Amino acid sequence: MARPLVELRGIVKTFPGVVANAGIDLPIYPGEILALLGENGAGKSTLMSILAGLYRPDAGAVWIDGERAELRSPRDAIVRGIGMLYQHFRLIEPFTVAENVILGWREPGFFLSPRAGVAPVERLAREHGLAVDPRARVWQLSLGERQRVEILKMLYRDARVVVLDEPTAVLTPPEVQQLFSPLRKMAEGGRAVVFISHKLDEVLAIADRIVVLQSGRVAGETAPKNTTPRALARLMVGHDVEVRGKSRVDPGPVVLDVQEISARGAGGRPVLRDCALRLRAREILGIAGVAGNGQRELAEAIAGLRPVAAGRIWHDGAEITRTGPRRRWNRGIAYIPEDRQTEGLVGAFTLTENAVLRRYQVPPIRRGLFMRWPAARAGAASIVERFQVRAPSLDTPVRNLSGGNQQRLLVGREASWTGAGRVRGGRPSVLVAAHPTRGLDVDAAAAVHHVLFELREAGTAIVLISESLDELLAVADRVAVMHRGRMVGERTAEAAAREEIGLMMAGAAGA
Amino acid sequence: MPATAPALDHPRPSAPSIPEWAEAVMIRIGAVLAALLAGAAFMAATGHDAWTAYRVMAAGAAGSPFAIEQTLIKAIPLMLTGLGVTLAFAMGLWNIGAEGQLAVGALAASWLALTVPSLPRPLMLPGLLVFGFAGGAAWALIPAALRAFAGMNEIISTLMLNYVALLWVDYLVFGAWADPAAFSFPYSRPFPESAHLPTVFGGVHLGLVLAVCAAAVLWMVLRATPWGYEIRTIGQSPAAARYAGMPVARNILLVMAASGALSGLAGAGEVGGVIHRIQQGLSPGYGFTAIIIAWVARLQPWAVIVVAVLFAMLLNGGFVIQTTGVPAAIAAMIQALILFLVLASEYLLRRLRRRRATAALRLALAARP
Amino acid sequence: MTTHQVTALLAAAVTAGTPLVFAGLGELLAERSGVLNLGVEGMMLVGAVSGFAVAAVTRDPWLAVAAAVVAGGGMAAGHAFLAVTLGADQVSAGLSLALFGGGLSAFLGKPFIGIPNPVPFRAAPVPGLSAVPLVGPVLFRQDLLVYLGYGLAAAAWWWIYRTRAGLHLRACGEDPAAADAMGIRVALTRYAAVAGGGALAGLAGGYLSLAYTPAWTENMTGGLGWIAIALVIFATWNPLRLLGGAYLFGAVDALGFRVQLLGVQTSSILLRMLPYLFTLVVLFAITVIQRQARVPGALAQPYFREE
Repeated sequence: MARPLVELRGIVKTFPGVVANAGIDLPIYPGEILALLGENGAGKSTLMSILAGLYRPDAGAVWIDGERAELRSPRDAIVRGIGMLYQHFRLIEPFTVAENVILGWREPGFFLSPRAGVAPVERLAREHGLAVDPRARVWQLSLGERQRVEILKMLYRDARVVVLDEPTAVLTPPEVQQLFSPLRKMAEGGRAVVFISHKLDEVLAIADRIVVLQSGRVAGETAPKNTTPRALARLMVGHDVEVRGKSRVDPGPVVLDVQEISARGAGGRPVLRDCALRLRAREILGIAGVAGNGQRELAEAIAGLRPVAAGRIWHDGAEITRTGPRRRWNRGIAYIPEDRQTEGLVGAFTLTENAVLRRYQVPPIRRGLFMRWPAARAGAASIVERFQVRAPSLDTPVRNLSGGNQQRLLVGREASWTGAGRVRGGRPSVLVAAHPTRGLDVDAAAAVHHVLFELREAGTAIVLISESLDELLAVADRVAVMHRGRMVGERTAEAAAREEIGLMMAGAAGA
Repeated sequence: MPATAPALDHPRPSAPSIPEWAEAVMIRIGAVLAALLAGAAFMAATGHDAWTAYRVMAAGAAGSPFAIEQTLIKAIPLMLTGLGVTLAFAMGLWNIGAEGQLAVGALAASWLALTVPSLPRPLMLPGLLVFGFAGGAAWALIPAALRAFAGMNEIISTLMLNYVALLWVDYLVFGAWADPAAFSFPYSRPFPESAHLPTVFGGVHLGLVLAVCAAAVLWMVLRATPWGYEIRTIGQSPAAARYAGMPVARNILLVMAASGALSGLAGAGEVGGVIHRIQQGLSPGYGFTAIIIAWVARLQPWAVIVVAVLFAMLLNGGFVIQTTGVPAAIAAMIQALILFLVLASEYLLRRLRRRRATAALRLALAARP
Repeated sequence: MTTHQVTALLAAAVTAGTPLVFAGLGELLAERSGVLNLGVEGMMLVGAVSGFAVAAVTRDPWLAVAAAVVAGGGMAAGHAFLAVTLGADQVSAGLSLALFGGGLSAFLGKPFIGIPNPVPFRAAPVPGLSAVPLVGPVLFRQDLLVYLGYGLAAAAWWWIYRTRAGLHLRACGEDPAAADAMGIRVALTRYAAVAGGGALAGLAGGYLSLAYTPAWTENMTGGLGWIAIALVIFATWNPLRLLGGAYLFGAVDALGFRVQLLGVQTSSILLRMLPYLFTLVVLFAITVIQRQARVPGALAQPYFREE
């Protein structure tokens, strides 16, 4: 085999509270597509960020072209021909496409005309089939178009190693297919392509070689023709994966009826259009869709945090369209928001203080003019015990907890909904969970699923929003698809529905 | 089968070897000492004898019963404005307008004393306090409403209103309320006897009792009431407050009004209890010092009382130090320097702690097989 | 009003607006890089006292200007240290410097109170241009520092929008993570912008004590620093709009002095409230008209790479 273009040797990287890379050796060869596969938190992005010069390793080194390379900044990596497409785009939204592409590289000397960069960007775009207007401002572009700008950035810098971090997270299934051919071309042209992902099927489709990372170490290496999805999954999690605890239950009566609601977002543009769903007790409804198609707004509308301009919402026979979030909570509607650290929890507050965020103003937590902290502590203790939140004490600030434990606390608080006057015992009537397992390792995610199953069996109606179709198919009973603010279809959650759902996510098929 | 990595669930090691509050106190003591040293350097650089100057300063601050009295008198408005600013900061509202709220509180109280001087004392005294309270609250409600209903940032609005309030005082003091016997000096007619606040001991007026009570009430509200919980939540995380259905706009108005009211009370205390009239320059920047006090006290009401006394010592000492030729402004310099150093130390430690946590983990990792 | 009175008013507007031009440009520079500097008032005062002291001692007006610039820049370096290196809360950091500057300037300036400036900047008419009707006396019969103001505003606009360095500056203020990923040195850029901003604030103060008043009194800036900060928002972070806005504020200020000459009977004290009330009204209008969209995206948010 040819000599590796880049070699990572013995990479160790830690952050406060977590070991991201625990000693990794990885050679990268020109002319091949290498897939870095692993669960969330396995260390894939960190490893590649070290290669891209964003982080410095605590131990180990990067070798390029057979020589040890000191990458002290992103610039050093760029100069050496390493290009990285980050999961969260590094684009400056108010700037134009051309400005973003040329920023920091071979810019015209000192003076900068308004037309700088337009010509070279147009040429590159044409050559590689990446259609985008160089004069457009980035905030006007779609996610797929922004990704093309990021790729143009790398091509402009003659990148020899092209690293893509979870590139398909923002694409619909047809767009994913469209991405593969330029990548294949880049590899054939002698570049090394590294494809970071946690999605088995994509990796098997595109890669020449697969390296699996688990908990900061290399768990295994193989090629698509030598392995199976099950074997890869086992390497990723370290043990056999199975979705446990989901029993068959029959759904009950309709508990939540969302009737053709429409809502507007920033700048008046519509984010929900005639969106409808009916949720029954004892069922989990999954909401699938590419990020940004209204899922978040739907969750907020159900929770009472987003006013609807048209349509109605009914809960348990009563209309709640104009009811605020507090009254909805009192009716039993719980909400696990996507931003656990900034919205669902208050980082500087202790576990006790966070545990009463929803109930601080009613008995038993409140008595007369004062709050009764002993009752609050009892409630917090019960959540900690039931949901196995690991923390030094109830007085620890929540920001000191790991992500998994923060989520256990948040999920526990919402799932422990109680009626007025009681400290424990009870469950919500409706639970909206937005990306509840994002950023969690496998065990923590399984724990969240377990809670959802328990609630479902006890009678709660659950809405589960997730960016992982795998998760939705495994956990939900039915899966509804959102596209551009509408519900475009619904299917029973089984593997056979995957392709249809994918098409609906892209807006290609309806109902 | 790869060995399990160090648990990702491991809580972040952030606890320092001594309790957090003890560390905070040490930082502050260090900052005060360093600031005093810097002050000495400035004095030396401008040709003064720092050691003598500091001795004079200390004597003026606490070296005699009279000095202590004077210090406490100055501490009262610092306590009240400090508490007012603390309340606003606790909710994340940058109330830089305490100086103006103090002035308008003083104006309102003075209006009562000068317009109805025949009011009997049992009505006049509470009236002064109520008017001071209300004046400060009203002045603070202007930027509060602008923020709550128009989303206008309160930093500039409270600041601008400071200048307007002080000019308003000038206008009245040189105009309608001018003391005819004073040949256009910038002060008003004197207050009637009924409008002199009773003293607790020496020249220290009732305001001291009010300030300490206010601190206790504020402490209780923030720690033990649902309203205090709301205030703290909105201050720490407006997104979480919205999520929990807390009324943000209503709280902006209430909290700013209460904040301004405390400063207004300080103003009433100054005109009713100290100078017994209203004049230009009635406050040597109490409202700005209050901001420093609130920060140094970490928004803890009881600490505000302590720090206010300390800063009053500096202020009083600063007046006295002028006899040695050192400008009184040295006090303001030292106070601002204390804030700067406290900020620098706290954030420096925060950065170092992150590095320390990472290093500890690295060691743990290296020690494993 | 006669033409002569109008001309005099406009000329006074330009003079009164010049410190706002300098201080405003300085704040604009810092905020464009993503750092909020609330210490402008203190930096102006320190610049004013430094400039005056050097002028009184050395009788060299340009050395005095240099002193004012260095003093302001030096203080701002302290702010940059807190804000950029330590990631401290920028509001309180700036306030501490504003208060420190007030105290320090009063401390250093004590010996210079009441002393007249031996080398004030006087009007230096531009030959030819100053004879142009109306515009001439207003714009071209000013002192050299006012002309510097025109030049700096134009230079700032050109620097920000037409140079590579300006593109980098804006990138730091909009999205420091993206700028860092593209190889731009964010911390260095921010330090430079903040220090430069402070230097301009020092220049603004120097203008007051060397040309406008020209003398030293305690707290002589009277809130101009804060108004400059509001002005930057009003100008949506655009140097040319800032120039216009500064002179507009200058006009309001100048009007306050002149209104009595027009026969309007109002207390001069009430008129002095005008600039502050005007600032309030203008800021309110801007907030309501939602020009927020132009705020540098990462303003007042510290950036560290490994977070």
